[in-house]
Amino acid sequence: MNDMTPTSAERAEKLEGMGCRRKRVEDIRFVQGKGNYVDDIKLPGMLYGDFTRSPHAHARIKNIDTTKAAAVPGVVAVLTAETLKTVNLAWMPTLAGDVQMVLADGKVLFQNQEVAFVIANDRYVAADAADLVEVEYEQLPCNVDPFKAMADGAPMIREDLKDKPDGAHGKRKHYNHIFNWQAGNKTETDAAFARADVTIKEMIAYPRVHPCPLETCQCVASFDKIKGELTLYGTFQAPHVIRTVGSLISKIPEHKIHVIAPDIGGGFGNKVGAYSGYICAIVASIVTGKPVKWTEDRIENLSTTAFARDFFMETEVACTKDGKVTGLRCYTVADHGAFDACANATKWPAGLFSIITGSYDFPAAHCSVDGVYTNKAPGGVAYRCSFRVTEAAYAIERAMDIMAAKLKMDPAEFRLKNLIRREQFPYTSAMGWEYDSGDYHTAMNKAMESVGYKKLREEQKAKQEAFKRGETREVMGIGVAFFTEIVGAGPSRACDILGIAMFDSAEIRIHPTGSGICRLGTKSQGQGHETTYAQIIATELGIAADNIMIEEGNTDTAPYGLGTYGSRSTPVSGAATAMACRKIKAKAQMIAAYMLEVHDDDLEWDVDRFKVKGNPERFKTMTELAWAAYHEVPPGMEPGLEAINYYDPPNFTYPFGAYICVADVDVDTGETKIRRFYALDDCGTRINPMIIEGQIHGGLTEAFAIAMGQEIHYDDEGNVTTASLMDYFLPTAVETPHWETDWTTTPSPHHPIGAKGVGESPNVGGVPAFSNAVNDAFAFLGSTNIPMPHDHWRIWEAAEKMGLHG
Amino acid sequence: MAKSQVSMKVNGDQIDALVEPRTLLIHFLREQLSLTGPHIGCETSHCGACTVDLDGKSVKSCTMFAVQANGADIRTIEGMANADGTLHVIQEAFREMHGLQCGFCTPGMITRAWRLLQENPNPSESEIRFGIAGNLCRCTGYQNIVKAIQYAAAKLNGVPFQEAAE
Amino acid sequence: MPVIPPSFAYHRPSSVKDAVGLLAGFGEDGRVLAGGHSLIPMMKLRLAAPPNLVDLGGISDLKGIATDGGDIVIGAMTTQHELIDSDLLGKKIPLLRETSLQIADPQVRYLGTLGGNVANGDPGNDMPAVMMCLNATYQVMGKGGERRIQARQFYQGAYFTALEPGEILTAIRIRPPGDGHGWSYHKLKRKIGDYATAAAAVVLTMSGGGSVESGAIALTNVAETPLYAEAATRLIVGSKLDAATVKEAVKAAEAITSPASDRRGTPHYRTKMAGVMVARALAQAAQRARGG
Repeated sequence: MNDMTPTSAERAEKLEGMGCRRKRVEDIRFVQGKGNYVDDIKLPGMLYGDFTRSPHAHARIKNIDTTKAAAVPGVVAVLTAETLKTVNLAWMPTLAGDVQMVLADGKVLFQNQEVAFVIANDRYVAADAADLVEVEYEQLPCNVDPFKAMADGAPMIREDLKDKPDGAHGKRKHYNHIFNWQAGNKTETDAAFARADVTIKEMIAYPRVHPCPLETCQCVASFDKIKGELTLYGTFQAPHVIRTVGSLISKIPEHKIHVIAPDIGGGFGNKVGAYSGYICAIVASIVTGKPVKWTEDRIENLSTTAFARDFFMETEVACTKDGKVTGLRCYTVADHGAFDACANATKWPAGLFSIITGSYDFPAAHCSVDGVYTNKAPGGVAYRCSFRVTEAAYAIERAMDIMAAKLKMDPAEFRLKNLIRREQFPYTSAMGWEYDSGDYHTAMNKAMESVGYKKLREEQKAKQEAFKRGETREVMGIGVAFFTEIVGAGPSRACDILGIAMFDSAEIRIHPTGSGICRLGTKSQGQGHETTYAQIIATELGIAADNIMIEEGNTDTAPYGLGTYGSRSTPVSGAATAMACRKIKAKAQMIAAYMLEVHDDDLEWDVDRFKVKGNPERFKTMTELAWAAYHEVPPGMEPGLEAINYYDPPNFTYPFGAYICVADVDVDTGETKIRRFYALDDCGTRINPMIIEGQIHGGLTEAFAIAMGQEIHYDDEGNVTTASLMDYFLPTAVETPHWETDWTTTPSPHHPIGAKGVGESPNVGGVPAFSNAVNDAFAFLGSTNIPMPHDHWRIWEAAEKMGLHG
Repeated sequence: MAKSQVSMKVNGDQIDALVEPRTLLIHFLREQLSLTGPHIGCETSHCGACTVDLDGKSVKSCTMFAVQANGADIRTIEGMANADGTLHVIQEAFREMHGLQCGFCTPGMITRAWRLLQENPNPSESEIRFGIAGNLCRCTGYQNIVKAIQYAAAKLNGVPFQEAAE
Repeated sequence: MPVIPPSFAYHRPSSVKDAVGLLAGFGEDGRVLAGGHSLIPMMKLRLAAPPNLVDLGGISDLKGIATDGGDIVIGAMTTQHELIDSDLLGKKIPLLRETSLQIADPQVRYLGTLGGNVANGDPGNDMPAVMMCLNATYQVMGKGGERRIQARQFYQGAYFTALEPGEILTAIRIRPPGDGHGWSYHKLKRKIGDYATAAAAVVLTMSGGGSVESGAIALTNVAETPLYAEAATRLIVGSKLDAATVKEAVKAAEAITSPASDRRGTPHYRTKMAGVMVARALAQAAQRARGG
């Protein structure tokens, strides 16, 4: 080496490995409108499918007449449940151990449920024909109130389960009951409450919302009659799962099913499960012998696909009089709609809800969840929720604020008193989760200092006095949230989807000229995987990120994986990537040793090369070793340079964060202005800070929308009143606040690169921060809990009830 | 219904075609002209993913019939790049500032940003936010989109780009 | 679910006369197409299925903003964008620009027309109340020739106006409120571009001594039609807009509301918000009249 040789630092910078703000590879096609989304796909002879849907929430189907629809020129076929029964596909299994109608079989159970599927040679013709399917309904009393679902005489939603007292998760206590699930220690917790100095109890309601990605769900199914093979393009966050499930239900052998998820316009959990549209398109393709495209419109998406939340959590905290928490209790009613299609891991009907002790050192805790059926759309686990973690975080963060108010303690001080301490990690919670790492106090103090917390509270005090004197009609709120979430599902002993363990994979092949390809079992819907996985490989193998092609989504070529949701890509496939790299590196090291005629142990790694210890002018770069792998390997060694890793994570990962929100509420209109939002996230090792910031911005915007106005609302007759973008609140750039992002880094000790994942943190921590801010604004007037969404009229009504309008 | 003849310029090319009167401009562009850049994200004219530039106006092509566009001069995202194939400054800016994630709103957003900067070459942040209020995004939270447009404006005006503190 | 419009026959006349003739022939089977941003979404959801559409976009006589005597006459097919861009209107009737900027979004404003916004009787539209506030006159053309209808007499129910079948709104005539007048359109909304939860339009002129010499108050989206708040208006004229008078005017405005219940809020809330908007619009209009 001489003065001309780049330094380690210079070489590392050129690689664009982990830690740098690498510009995204996928942008090049997206900014030119050259993405390849499902609706861009055109196959020769392709037909179009469209649904006829039920206007009623609960009704018997007396008759379906498809004659007029079938007679429209250009219509090729019309499917109903009767047609699907001939291929045993009128019902399909859900991811939650339930079954779901593909097309309405005898009755409809929620408004806009699929009744018939029209297939035509043109999307306009399919629309016309779908309008002409005549259905005779006999309306039934409906119920959209989860608290009424288990009442005596409540309308029976699932007649198909009438004679099944046992559900997928144990005994059902009522015909509309799905499961009861519990975690923690009831006896100890009850004891803690019995002897507590101070307790609070509040119904923390998290309304039904919907992930609403900008691209709706869609697919193109193409069955090749000659080969007996099905090719299925679709908006699939978990393409391999779709393939396996598709094979099990269609009986087409799995090796003859090719599932391809191309570019996906946002997922957020909405595109994990299988929908009627996919099944009907597949059947239609088999029946017609032509490719069939199904695209969903926005109203269909909002009113029938995987919703999120709808969790009603009666939450209790027990505390000593000087503010040490001693117990947590939560009883939840969960509204699952008409079918339990929750995308949870099998053993977890309420997901990872038992993370509800959050960031706090609760010695005792117990939670119990009852899932019920109502006349609403099926689903439940979606929208950056990490499997019910958003619900749990909301409950605990609201409860901590409510308890702080009762104790007359500052909410941040109360949290600092109860946060798990650094020395306690790895920490086992009262619910049995082993939190991998955390330095909560550092993060909390950094957040408070960054926003000038003390000063904000002083300002708030002054404003409260001014309000009481009638000098202002604005109230100021400071919302604090310190969340811990659990992601990276997950260890096979705990997590499986329909029996398939939740490992994930990376298969890396380096080419002779030193570039390479990596294929994974995850599937980006905007998270930038083509950019970030390459950064991991660049750091691990010393090959420039630009020289690594990343591929996901084609089940023929990608190794088996469980897909991308629940912030699992980095924790699981990111780990698999690192592990596969290390296998390659180990082989490369042996080749290098052979070429340099030294022992393996005489070599040390330096960014992109192995050099001889004590003799650094003698080295072999990874590029040279790649060539050597195909040119001349040591005797007895296989040529080639590739590896595959299926990673079964030893544990979940536990990202955490401290969020502080400052809001000003106009008491006379209920309008809330978000003055400031500061988000500190700790996701362990930060692979691409630019992408992390983008994830935080996006997740906080979703959280803002949820907290401040989103709702999938049903009236008493089961009509969805918020099924279009007129009423489902998606903020524009005008309403969306400015986001300040910050971080600390506490690596995960069990993860090969110490990374934890971050995509969902902002939704987990954001919603409570906003809601706590609104609630904090009114707390000085005696308000305990104002439920979400915090839209104008509801805040105003709360103010009215408090007598603030004179 | 009998088809109508339409004639228009799209990304500089003269187009003559037959359409049903009810054919929406977005479907005409995507299906008949295979310009799949503009996307469909809703049916109530809220999301703006279908935005194109038509006779000097930003237009939601899902809320217009192709027959109404007879004689129009239309530009979609596919016509945004420079003649030599290099990216337009705005396209570069979106990449530079991480103004996109899933890419679905991006064609409409960039097409709108282009017209916005024609209307107002030096917009303030609030003018930008107001100017893109007809384009929804679910991924980015808009912050980096705003930055991208500010960056593009600075470049087009030949001034250095001042990134505001976070 | 079908979100494709049903079939129709498309017509694009080049004169008002031809348009009127076509509509007369179609009767109930014909509808005008202006900016399309009310009608086309309805057709996509199949809430409207007119067999014939008469596109007014090719009729140059329906465009333009001109002065005529002391009035300003705005062609019905003038877009919101053109209203905002007009220096004449910005100077003489600034209430229009302020309102227009709160309608929908930039794309919709490029195509949405003033005529479309005032003529279809949608209680959510913003311009009707503004027209009532300005005491505008609608010029209408039908088979029987031209007639003029006061905006304050035009609205009869939701989607129900004084337009006879086959009539087209051709222009909107407004006498500018005069130099030094105050104005305000205060619109409470869930997000930018939404229909109003409640909105109030105010114009007024003030004397040197600070009394209201003339004025008008109108309300958007708090009843089946836009509302001219006559009683509230009478209360403020002659007053100095002192707190007590404003309070009475607010009560009077609230009293004429009968808002729908929807996701924007309960009827009670929306009535109260109409009152708040009136109070705030009065304050802003007064400030502007005083040169603020």
